[in-house]
Amino acid sequence: MATTQNRARAFLLAPAGLWYAALLMLPLAVVLVFSFGERSAVGGYAPGFTLDQYKNLPARAAAFRNTLTLAPLGTLAALLIAYPLAYFLAVKVSRRWKTTLLVLVIVPFWTSILIRSYAWIFMLGGKGIPALLEAIGIDDVRLINTPFAVLVGIVYGYLPLMVFPIYVALERMDKGLLEAAADLGTPPWRSFLQITLPLSMTGVLTGSMLVFILLMGEFLIPAILGGGKVFFVGNALVDLFLQSRNWAFGSAVAVALVVIMLIIVAFYSRAVKRFSASRDDVGLM
Amino acid sequence: MKYYAIAVYGFLYLPICIIALFSFSAGRSATSMQGFSLEWYSRALNNPFVMEALWTSVQVAFYSALLATVVGTMAALALTGMKGRVRRVFDLLVQIAVMIPGIVIGIATLIALVTVFGLINPWLVAWTGWSLSLGRGALIGAHGLFTMSLVILLVRGRMESFDKAQIEASSDLGASPTATFVQVTLPQIMPAILAGFLLAFTFSFDDFVIAFFVAGSETTLPIYVFSSIRRGVTPEINAIGTMVMVASLGLLIIAQIILRRGASKSSR
Repeated sequence: MATTQNRARAFLLAPAGLWYAALLMLPLAVVLVFSFGERSAVGGYAPGFTLDQYKNLPARAAAFRNTLTLAPLGTLAALLIAYPLAYFLAVKVSRRWKTTLLVLVIVPFWTSILIRSYAWIFMLGGKGIPALLEAIGIDDVRLINTPFAVLVGIVYGYLPLMVFPIYVALERMDKGLLEAAADLGTPPWRSFLQITLPLSMTGVLTGSMLVFILLMGEFLIPAILGGGKVFFVGNALVDLFLQSRNWAFGSAVAVALVVIMLIIVAFYSRAVKRFSASRDDVGLM
Repeated sequence: MKYYAIAVYGFLYLPICIIALFSFSAGRSATSMQGFSLEWYSRALNNPFVMEALWTSVQVAFYSALLATVVGTMAALALTGMKGRVRRVFDLLVQIAVMIPGIVIGIATLIALVTVFGLINPWLVAWTGWSLSLGRGALIGAHGLFTMSLVILLVRGRMESFDKAQIEASSDLGASPTATFVQVTLPQIMPAILAGFLLAFTFSFDDFVIAFFVAGSETTLPIYVFSSIRRGVTPEINAIGTMVMVASLGLLIIAQIILRRGASKSSR
């Protein structure tokens, strides 16, 4: 009996396992191997074992610097805009409208990010917001192809991903706690800081993590709204693999990106665990 | 608070609405509104490059979603209630597939396939006259890899939430495992499977980053749109963008309805 079950399981898992092996593990292994190789004379890869590619990483320092400033900054901006909206949806809106309004936040996330970023070329380009500003007397504002444009694109693209987890956390919160606090004479700002904010922290942490991970690998938004002036590691990768065809160095850049990402995520989830552990203690008291 | 929410919704929808509005412009300028016409829609639909890219996108999205749904569902069935090393390995694989940035998946797939094809193509040509290259197959494989992971998460979630007593009851009453699967399990997880398929289709249809690397000489619709944007903004792109958004919205709504129906059925 147990062996038939095992055989059935092996049969069910085999296609997925093969798929993961061929198109996930093998490619990632190839990138790791190539990152220790050399660039061949005609571009592409020549076998070797050297750390030269990693030593050469500072050549792309600007891309890493941009990514490591704009990704946290974008995450923070998205958080600051998302939190009040999530709060509004979870606490203030009547049951009747809740689902509709929530769906309206999430829907854009499932439509093409390419088209949505493209829309901002309109808004930020010469005839968009700068033209409006000119009409009220503020001249010569350049928005497109600036870090600001990339930041707007980032917030626009990933806002739904930030709102949703915060909403879920706030929605689960026992609203009676707030009433009790108010009855005991606690001013609203104190009950927000001492009740609402701590209870919604899991949502804040989850949303920030999701957005941050996606931003680390971002390529499309800087490519469309940064006009080659504001570039992320993703844009450096495109350049290295498709234009200059330096596969070995490109692989080293990719490995560095993933390693930095994993380190940040590891620290982050450890912080989250410590945080939720301390919360449980409070719960037990 | 209310006005703040209105402002955020404005921020979310204004750019999309402006694109949709300008797509109906009669003039040649993409950034101003001159009269009303459907001209750009008919131009887009009569442009052979657009139609070919659309057809490639639809085919890739359909086959990758189909494969991802079948393979992902099989894996989810096996993984439900499973413990031990194999389960941990698969959990890790799903996590890696979802977490590694799309761009890294894209370049990794590109160089791995080019290298592998470079090794086996001389043999293949000598034996069969055929050779392997990037293109639809690679696109289907790379898109499916990511969406299969989504399907596994969705279907496994559904499997773990429904009442296992139903399965036990069915087998206690003498139903064969196959009959139990078809009559009890499958109807329960069907909404998750269908929703998984539609999400997989939408992802593949909208994906640009992975396709950019592994499409080879093929052009998908997002690749066409991206290279057009590079050459300048035209009303035709507005029309294509509007159609793409309406299409993915439609699929999304269908996925939602299916998931909701399934949820209300099982709660009865």
